[in-house]
Amino acid sequence: MLGDQEFVALDDLTTLFQLTVREDTLGAVTVSYKGKTIVLTPDQALASVSGRLVSLPAPPSRNGRRWLVPSEFISRALALIYDTRLDLRKPSRLLVVGDLRVPRLTARYESLSPSAARLTIDANPRALSTVTQDADHITVKFDADALDAANPLLPAQPAPSLVTGVRIADPTALAVDLGPRFAGFKSTSTTVDSTQRLVLDVIGLVQTDASQPQPAPPATAAQPAPPEIPPAFGQSASAIHTIAIDAGHGGDDEGVHSADGAKEKDLTLTVARRVRAIIEARLGLRVLLTRDDDRNVPIDERTALANNNKADLFVSLHANGSMRPTTTGAAILCAAFDKDAAQAASAGGAERLPTFGGGSRDIEMVPWDLAQTRHLAQSERFAELLQQQFHDRVPMASRPIDRAPLRVLESANMPAVLIELGYLTNAEQAKLLTNDAFQNAAVQSIFDAIVRFRDTLTPGGTQ
Amino acid sequence: MSTRRLLTITALAIIAIGIVSIVWIRAPRLTSRATPRAAAAPSPTAPAPPGRKIKARLFYVADDGMRLTGVERDIAYGEGATEQAREIVAAQIAPVVEPLVSAVPAGTSVRAVFLTEGGEAYVDLSREVMSAHPGGTLNELLTVYTIVNALTVNLPAVTSVQVLVDGKEVDTLAGHIDLRQPLAKNLSWVQ
Repeated sequence: MLGDQEFVALDDLTTLFQLTVREDTLGAVTVSYKGKTIVLTPDQALASVSGRLVSLPAPPSRNGRRWLVPSEFISRALALIYDTRLDLRKPSRLLVVGDLRVPRLTARYESLSPSAARLTIDANPRALSTVTQDADHITVKFDADALDAANPLLPAQPAPSLVTGVRIADPTALAVDLGPRFAGFKSTSTTVDSTQRLVLDVIGLVQTDASQPQPAPPATAAQPAPPEIPPAFGQSASAIHTIAIDAGHGGDDEGVHSADGAKEKDLTLTVARRVRAIIEARLGLRVLLTRDDDRNVPIDERTALANNNKADLFVSLHANGSMRPTTTGAAILCAAFDKDAAQAASAGGAERLPTFGGGSRDIEMVPWDLAQTRHLAQSERFAELLQQQFHDRVPMASRPIDRAPLRVLESANMPAVLIELGYLTNAEQAKLLTNDAFQNAAVQSIFDAIVRFRDTLTPGGTQ
Repeated sequence: MSTRRLLTITALAIIAIGIVSIVWIRAPRLTSRATPRAAAAPSPTAPAPPGRKIKARLFYVADDGMRLTGVERDIAYGEGATEQAREIVAAQIAPVVEPLVSAVPAGTSVRAVFLTEGGEAYVDLSREVMSAHPGGTLNELLTVYTIVNALTVNLPAVTSVQVLVDGKEVDTLAGHIDLRQPLAKNLSWVQ
């Protein structure tokens, strides 16, 4: 820096761009590139570029044996003779060489109410993005080669903000850090001139009393009402915030094989990813995959992921196998328990335990392996909705809904079903199951069933 | 009739009543359950070995592959409930020929069968029941309920069955059906 002007050393540009620099006896400096020249004159804020004069914000300056030129020299002079596009972005101190997609990102955060906020992220030039949610942050992945953005893009927000900050997570992705009151979000993407605008509408739990710390309630005091998710953004409150999708099998557990080598583990992962994509894109709900790659996940870990993240729905995806090659059709299965187990679960009851800071509260005790017993009615309701949506889109088995002591469903502490998409052991079905159009039809059916199930749980929703 | 002769006749009568009682009590347990049932289909399996037989209902994959179907067969008589349970399981997992199809993987053998006073049966199968299993929820369901129903249907004293593999408790055979506790008879998987 010299004064307010930023300079770059001509030596550095020479090395970087393979330029030739020659200084004549009169002190003029000639910069050449593939037969084209730029002539700089000491004490003159001008450059002659192939015989055409362009202005510079400051004249070149000598520092010992080195020549320094204003940084604008790159965009105003060098870019005119160089055979690759040069894009100097001073605010972010970035020089883009070539046709790389490096959108400039800006972010704006508005708190609309104690339980709603809006985060707007502009990308210029336009760059599409995909939005996914992990445990404590939302990831915005841009279709770009790099990002031109300050880091952090949004400074840390004071508590109890729903969004606590926005930072660069990797060269092409942002991480939107979420506050503890975060409950859900909806994303919309629009085009404004040369800018792609991504709007994340975030909703949060209402704090019963955020400003006044209260003394611990006496042990006998009634518990405060649970926090409510308020309606926001013109939508009614949703009873579903998180959905767990279980891609059956994985790793060395390949599941069923078709005669031509299709594997159940691959099919379930493909469909699980598509279900996640459609739910996130259209509903903005949080979707957890029990696995997002080809690995063996123990059954208990699959259910634990859903339980620990308080998922509201658990969908396990599988493909079926039969000893008879003609067996055909999709089926939806719910968990089955014997009478003793159901009675044991219902007899679990609540236990009063001390809480941090004094007092106590009732904690409902549910045996891990019997957690599903409390949700069987809702699971069967969801299974019926799935059957309705599969109808006419996915060939169904003669008994499309069944019950079985399914290990992966028994511990799910939320409505849970296992979907058998069809039989890989049936040659015709195997072709169908590995077909894109069929997979999309199945994914759309699952999505539609989830929407309808959500509506049945939402106050004022359609029944 | 002398007193001695009278005593002799009385003793013979008591012995005769005893023999009839033993036959009357034991025979229904071993054979009469099968008597009312007509054979569902001629047995295409190998003829039963010579020796005492009982009738038992065994289970195979139905034609549509969606359920099991019951087939009555003569199987070897076992001395005592535990031995009889073992004979039933051995007959159930024995290889069959078309049109029967077994839901139990070929190569599976029975290692042991244990019964408890509470009516639970523990069937210890060889590792092939897992390693040779083709997978799939339905396949696994039919494998499990083939064993469970074979014992609970044919031996009323058995109310539930737990399948063990190589002497150990297993979570599942192929990733689906919970085998961590005994399972009760379930005829909803039978045609």
